[in-house]
Amino acid sequence: MTPRRQRMIGLSVAFAGVVLAAVVAVQAFQENMLYFYSPTAIISNEAPQGRTLRLGGLVETGSVTRIPGELEVRFMVVDTENRIEVAYAGVLPDLFREGQGVIAIGELEGDGVFRANEVLAKHDENYMPPEVAEMLKEQGHPMGENATTPTPE
Amino acid sequence: MWTWFHKLASPPHAYRLASLLQPWLFWLATALMAMGAYGGLFVAPSDYQMGDAFRILYIHAPAAYMSMAIYVIMAVTSAIGMIWRIKLAFAISAASAPLGAWFTALALASGAIWGQPMWGTWWVWDARLTSELILLFLYFGYMGLRAAYDDPNQADRASGIIAIVGVINVPIIKFSVDWWNTLHQPATISKLDNPSITADMLWPLLVMIVAFNLFYGAVLMNRFRCEILNRERNARWLPELL
Repeated sequence: MTPRRQRMIGLSVAFAGVVLAAVVAVQAFQENMLYFYSPTAIISNEAPQGRTLRLGGLVETGSVTRIPGELEVRFMVVDTENRIEVAYAGVLPDLFREGQGVIAIGELEGDGVFRANEVLAKHDENYMPPEVAEMLKEQGHPMGENATTPTPE
Repeated sequence: MWTWFHKLASPPHAYRLASLLQPWLFWLATALMAMGAYGGLFVAPSDYQMGDAFRILYIHAPAAYMSMAIYVIMAVTSAIGMIWRIKLAFAISAASAPLGAWFTALALASGAIWGQPMWGTWWVWDARLTSELILLFLYFGYMGLRAAYDDPNQADRASGIIAIVGVINVPIIKFSVDWWNTLHQPATISKLDNPSITADMLWPLLVMIVAFNLFYGAVLMNRFRCEILNRERNARWLPELL
């Protein structure tokens, strides 16, 4: 065996070991790596209880209500099966819209309302001009659903 | 074919080749960057949800892409250097590190600037952002370890280990958005069959990615020449060349 071959094999074996270690570590951290929990996960008690957690899902269309004269806003966060009501008093990000993905950080209160102290909007991977979005909407394409005319900056 | 490769490993040849390539890479990069910036700022339409704010994508995405690509280049060249004992391969790796660190910092900063109005936060500890920050620390670790040695050969071997071991982080960054729930959105253009971006928004981005690559190449050629000069400072060919 030439020394070069020996180095090649040695390096490959060492690298394979590192890959294996990384895979095992990532597997072990799987739970903690989840940035947010879906409403279904929270309702079926998969999420940690009694402490601050992140709830992620879509803002149900037509569910955003504001109390006149107050900062508080309430809306439903849904996934495919379940919904959780979120109450939040504060500034909402630009991308917050009905039908948009959001992440609310806060705690689930005893009355089943999720009281958020921070709301983040999640952007999807789609980029298109408003006309294309309108067109998709007219054609009934699911991607055009939340097409709205952007507010001029 | 093989003689060509062997020539590449000889410092005088590599030095001359780098000097020859550098201006071409630089001017091509400048031209394409101007073209991509014009396309991204003036030609591409506003986004249906983000308006004009999406245009930071034309810096953010190429920078993030380069931050990962450069680390892979460092790992590959370090491995080549270790297996075939080619010192110039290590020189490429060492010359690349600060560039990669800057691209990483640029990706993180531009992402934070975009995230503040759009997501509603500068920073979150989700898998994508955290793994990209780890990449920055890997670059720092690589450079710090190099700086700790006086002998370039020892520095090569020690820092090469960081480059090779750390490359495991690159696929983690890339696939973090698919493996875990993250605040960061999933990939847009690397879905080869059907990119989720319209053509008039896509082409300036592709031009920018090519321009960033060429720019990296141009700066790398200069840094590579410095590495050669530093390593070969006692060599006989140097006075003849300069």
